[in-house]
Amino acid sequence: MEKYTQFTGIVAPLDRANVDTDLIIPKQFLKSIKRTGFGPNLFDELRYLDEGQPGQDSSQRPLNKEFVLNLPRYKGAQILLARRNFGCGSSREHAPWALTDFGFRTVIAPSFADIFFNNSFKNGLLPIVLSEEIVDQLFNEVAANEGYKLTVDLANQQIVKPDGEKIPFEVDEFRKHCLINGLDDIGLTLQDADAIKIYESKRRQESPWLFDAIK
Amino acid sequence: MAGKTLYDKLWDAHLVKQRDDGTALLYIDRHLLHEVTSPQAFEGLRFAGRKPWRLDANLATPDHNVPTTDRSGPIEDEVSRIQVQTLDDNCDEFGIVEFKMHDLRQGIVHVVGPEQGATLPGMTIVCGDSHTATHGAFGALAHGIGTSEVEHVLATQCLIQKKMKAMLIKVNGKLGAGVTAKDVVLAIIAKIGTAGGTGYAIEFAGDVISSLSMEGRMTICNMAIEAGARAGMVGVDDKTIAYFEGRPYAPKGANWDKAVQYWKTLHSDTDAKFDAVVELNGADIEPQVSWGTSPEMVVAIHETLPDPAAEKDPVKAEGMVRAYQYMGLKPGMKMSDVVPDRVFIGSCTNSRIEDLRAAAAVAKGRKVSSKVKQAMVVPGSGLVKQQAEAEGLHKIFIEAGFEWREPGCSMCLAMNADRLGDGEHCASTSNRNFEGRQGYGGRTHLVSPAMAAAAAVSGHFVDVRSLQEV
Repeated sequence: MEKYTQFTGIVAPLDRANVDTDLIIPKQFLKSIKRTGFGPNLFDELRYLDEGQPGQDSSQRPLNKEFVLNLPRYKGAQILLARRNFGCGSSREHAPWALTDFGFRTVIAPSFADIFFNNSFKNGLLPIVLSEEIVDQLFNEVAANEGYKLTVDLANQQIVKPDGEKIPFEVDEFRKHCLINGLDDIGLTLQDADAIKIYESKRRQESPWLFDAIK
Repeated sequence: MAGKTLYDKLWDAHLVKQRDDGTALLYIDRHLLHEVTSPQAFEGLRFAGRKPWRLDANLATPDHNVPTTDRSGPIEDEVSRIQVQTLDDNCDEFGIVEFKMHDLRQGIVHVVGPEQGATLPGMTIVCGDSHTATHGAFGALAHGIGTSEVEHVLATQCLIQKKMKAMLIKVNGKLGAGVTAKDVVLAIIAKIGTAGGTGYAIEFAGDVISSLSMEGRMTICNMAIEAGARAGMVGVDDKTIAYFEGRPYAPKGANWDKAVQYWKTLHSDTDAKFDAVVELNGADIEPQVSWGTSPEMVVAIHETLPDPAAEKDPVKAEGMVRAYQYMGLKPGMKMSDVVPDRVFIGSCTNSRIEDLRAAAAVAKGRKVSSKVKQAMVVPGSGLVKQQAEAEGLHKIFIEAGFEWREPGCSMCLAMNADRLGDGEHCASTSNRNFEGRQGYGGRTHLVSPAMAAAAAVSGHFVDVRSLQEV
């Protein structure tokens, strides 16, 4: 995974609550056996006026010109501003894959669904939880200022507004460490291989029925 | 010291290592795989030159993409075919046991696991699918994971976790006649909301839950994620233990006795402390129908649809307005005014034998209304299908005008050929009514199997009790 560095990016507002994973990336695109290429189908049912099919050239499809990501002022957005319970629904990691493939590096919302939240960190997408009040205020500022940008400074756990105001945010220490250093979870866990083996042999003795049944 | 919750017990029994940074390494006993969320994980293993840590912890079956019609030829849709083929190839290459499409044991992964005894009480169970919570019905800690974690579990047999908070949802008293597990869980979600359980592991308890069959408890735990909770669970009792007797992968002989002894400890202590407690009265719950595009947008069948103008929370009110627009409905209407264009009985929520029996009891001697374009029954596994046919349920369905299909996820999420047309309403026993979930522009109404069958034969949503009393 690439290291997560400080960046300044355009903010796109998606003003609806409970944005679910089916909305983020509809199921027909889940048939891919790759991790990349989901960007053109991010929010497919909102972005286009027709029904998308896998393998289609999306640049030829009719756009929903009113959808926020199709508005010229939000072109190149790297920060998605959303409402509560973002990412509810399925465990599909295709949702963060689609967001990052499109170019997003962070999603700001008052709350996230657990599995989506967890999946995001594993894919270099930083979900930031801010209060409803601050999120409301950001929606207003984004609407009022074309080209509105925020700086996301993960190391110092703060968002810096154009006027220099700093908004602090919480992030789990371990997840922050992994993002900043671009660390692979599996490699880290395998450093504890001995502890896993010791646990496993104890468990095999105590609960032998949990082993060797399926083969 | 306060006693332990069931979640505490399961957590403690699987803790490999508590790290200083607050995370923990948790051991995973069972890993279920299907074709949609696993290919990139296997690719990751190959790329890093890693092997699965423990082959016998894994069990795979294709379910999301498989056709539910005739399977004598190859899967027609090329992209679906490649995905299913990729699962077969990966399982063969790495040596993972898989029930392939033509295996009688193939089915929806959350139906297959318990049916085979691959799911057992006291286990930690994960799968790259959010409805893995289903398995918590057996006193297990079960939850969905993303593809990165599928790879992590394959490579290390562990997950990096932070302990969740514990919520107790108690459903007291007794259910009225004609009210089922599905109605209970929809009523729970309507009460606490789709984010009500976020950050929690939910334990379902109370007399109503105890009185449910294992199938009913699975239906409840299955939809814990629709209330925002990754894990749902129910403590072990005699029903739980009886369920596993003679299952292919369940322990035998002396191991069975030893296991049963342990399983009997898998319930919350009477003095256990929960971070949140919610109580419902079973007698208050009536047959439920979802009207909107979120599983919390639910009414009892006789209620009128709610008015967004009366909703105080502006974000919620806006969501309701959008839902009405998408669903083509209006506040003040009744669900009995709505005609389902299609009826779908199936999915990991409601495709087990008890579900099919309940639907068949309503369908028996009746006909699918001419207003309904299609009504289909999709059993959860090849073995459920076999059992249903042994009981003659398929004949009841076919005579009533339902289609009798092969097992799979089917129209729950429309990754195969089974889907709604633009603007069509569906009475569906599945778990999600999100926009587009069952097909582009499709309008889902979540109901119990009996309510779905009742809607099919009546040509509109109806209180199933009015048919049962005749």
